[in-house]
Amino acid sequence: MTSTFKLSASALETVFAALGTGGWRILGPTEQDGRVELHEVKSPSQVAGQYLQSTLSAKEMVFPKVERLLSYKMSPGQVDLKDHEPDLQPTVLFGARPCEAAGFGVLDKVFNWDSRDKLFSERQQHLTVIGLSCTHADDACFCTSVGGGPGSTRGSDMLLTPLPEGGYLAEVLTAKGEAIQALAPAVFEPVDGVDKEALLAKVEPAFDREELSAKLPGLFTSDLWAEQSLRCVGCGACAFVCPTCACFDIQEEADTKQGQRLRLWDSCGLRQFTLHASGHNPRNIQAERWRQRIYHKFSYFPKRFGEAMCVGCGKCTRACPVDMNLKDHLGQASGAPDHG
Amino acid sequence: MADKNPYLPYLMRVAKITEEAPAVKTFRLEFVNPEEAANFEFFTGQFGLYSSFGEGESTFCIASSPTRKGYIECTFRAVGRVTSSLATKEEGDIVGFRGPYGNLFPLDAWRGKNLLFIAGGIALPPLRSVIWNCLDRREEFENISVVYGARSVADLVYKHELREWEGRPDIDLVVTVDPGGETPDWTGKVGFVPTVVEQLAPNCANTVAIVCGPPIMIKFTLPLLEKLGFGPDSIYTTLENRMKCGHGKCGRCNTGESYVCKDGPVYTLEQLQRLPAEY
Repeated sequence: MTSTFKLSASALETVFAALGTGGWRILGPTEQDGRVELHEVKSPSQVAGQYLQSTLSAKEMVFPKVERLLSYKMSPGQVDLKDHEPDLQPTVLFGARPCEAAGFGVLDKVFNWDSRDKLFSERQQHLTVIGLSCTHADDACFCTSVGGGPGSTRGSDMLLTPLPEGGYLAEVLTAKGEAIQALAPAVFEPVDGVDKEALLAKVEPAFDREELSAKLPGLFTSDLWAEQSLRCVGCGACAFVCPTCACFDIQEEADTKQGQRLRLWDSCGLRQFTLHASGHNPRNIQAERWRQRIYHKFSYFPKRFGEAMCVGCGKCTRACPVDMNLKDHLGQASGAPDHG
Repeated sequence: MADKNPYLPYLMRVAKITEEAPAVKTFRLEFVNPEEAANFEFFTGQFGLYSSFGEGESTFCIASSPTRKGYIECTFRAVGRVTSSLATKEEGDIVGFRGPYGNLFPLDAWRGKNLLFIAGGIALPPLRSVIWNCLDRREEFENISVVYGARSVADLVYKHELREWEGRPDIDLVVTVDPGGETPDWTGKVGFVPTVVEQLAPNCANTVAIVCGPPIMIKFTLPLLEKLGFGPDSIYTTLENRMKCGHGKCGRCNTGESYVCKDGPVYTLEQLQRLPAEY
C-alpha cells in the first residue's frame, strides 16, 4: 500500500501545524546541552538537525520506564482495587530512526505473543511513527546485520528520507500514515524517479545473524563470554537504552493506607535480576549474565519468534561506560571456533 | 478493545492459617467474590503470584489439590520481604492472588502407573497438590509411594497429613530427617533423602518419579534414579525460578529457550537436560 510523495520543508511545517490543530502530541529528537533526546515539539524547527540517534530509545512511548499497573486502598479486613486506565493522547513520534521504529515490532512480539498486554497495546494504538531514514551512520551501527537497514520501512507508518535539495521523500506505509497525510493532503506532492538507496548511509553487514544464531548453542560453554565480559560492571545501561530490551520488574509503592503496583524497566545484566530470596542465584557471575543477554537476543528469541531481539542501533555500545562493542562481540562469536 | 489488565489479582480472604514448621505457614485462601470462585479452575502443578498489599507479590505453587473446590492453599517460608509480610497476616485478612499460571503435571498420562514422589524440605508443597489429586482419583493409579525428608523433625511440613498418609493403606510413606535432625522420640528414618532412596531401591518398572527439593537433593537424587533405571522421560520435577509477571513477558524466569512460567514449571528430566542449568 506504499505510496511515495515529496514533502518540502515548508510542507512539513504544515503537517506539524495540522497535527497540533488535530489534537496530536508530537515527540521528536531535540538537542539540549549536546545530548539528543525525545521531547514534545510543535514545529520542525525544534527538531535536532544532524543527529545520529537519541541516547535513550523510543520504547518509552509504548513501554514506559515506570508504569502503574493498578492501585489500591487498604482498611482493616478490606482492600479496594483500582485498575489503571491511562489517559492516552494520540501521539506522533517524529524522526524515529529505522532501527528504533523496527524495535516496536520486536516489543510487540514480547508483549503480545501469547496474551495481549493491555497497557502496551493501548499505547501502541495511540502511536503513529514518522520514521526518518539515516543518511549517516557510525561504527556502532549494525542494522544491516540483523535484517534492518538505513532506509528500512519496518515499524514506520510514514518514512521520510531527506533529499539533497531539501525536503523529503515521504513513503506512506500504513492506514495510520494515511491518516497523517489526510490532515494536509495538498502538501504531499507527486514524485517520480528518486533513487532512495542512493540517498542512504552505507552500513556494511558485520556478521550473518542466522549463522550466528545457528552457532550459539555450540558456544554456550565457551570462554568467550567470560573474556568479553571481564570488564562489564553490570550497570544495565545497555538494557536501558535498548529499543528492544523488555525485561521488567514489578514493585510496590505504598504506605499503610494505599499503594500502587508499578512495572519498571529491568535488566538481565543486573545481579538481582535472578537472585532468589534464599540467596541462590541461577546466574551468579557477570559472564553468565552477559551470555544470557547475548543468547536471549540472538538464540532463544530467534527460535521462538524468527528474528533477533536486536535492531542493530548500537545504542548499547555508545552508552557502555567500559566500551563494550556489541557489533564487535557478535562478530567475534560469529567467527569463533566451535566449542565442545 | 476488551483487553483485561492481567495484573489485577483476585482478592482472597485468609480463611485458615496452619503453622507448619519454623517460619513456614500454610494459608487457606477463599475468594472474596463468589463469582470468581465459581469460575476459577486450575491444574495440579500450576502456580500463582500472591500479594501482600503494601509490600508486593511473591511466586509459589498452589499447594492444594484441584479436586478440593472453593479454596486454594499455599505454603511458604517467611524469608523475603513479601513472604515475611504475608506471615504477619491473620485469619480474615485480605491478600491477592493471580494465576493460575504455567503447565501441569500430566496426571492423565500417568493412569495405570506407579507413582513415586520424592520431596525435600519446603519442596513438599508442590507435590502435596499432586499427591492429594492422585489420592482423590486413587483408582486411576497403581502404587503411590512418597519419600519425604527435611533437615529436622521440626522442619517437616504437613505433619498432620503425614500422619494421615501413614495410616492409609493406599499410600506408602517414608519420612526421613537429616542425621542430627532427629528427636529422641523420632521413629522415622535418619538419613539424607538420596541415601534413603538408594536403600529403598524403588523398582522403575511402569513407574514415574516426581522429584522436588533443594538443589543439593536434586543433584544427588536424579543420577540415582537414572541408575535405578528410570528413563529421563519418566522423571518429573518443578522449577521455582524467580518470576514477576507469571505469563511470559517479564523475562526473569527465562532459562535457555524456556520461559519457566509458560513452558514450565513442570519439566521432565529429559526436557531439563536440554536447558542450561540456570535454575
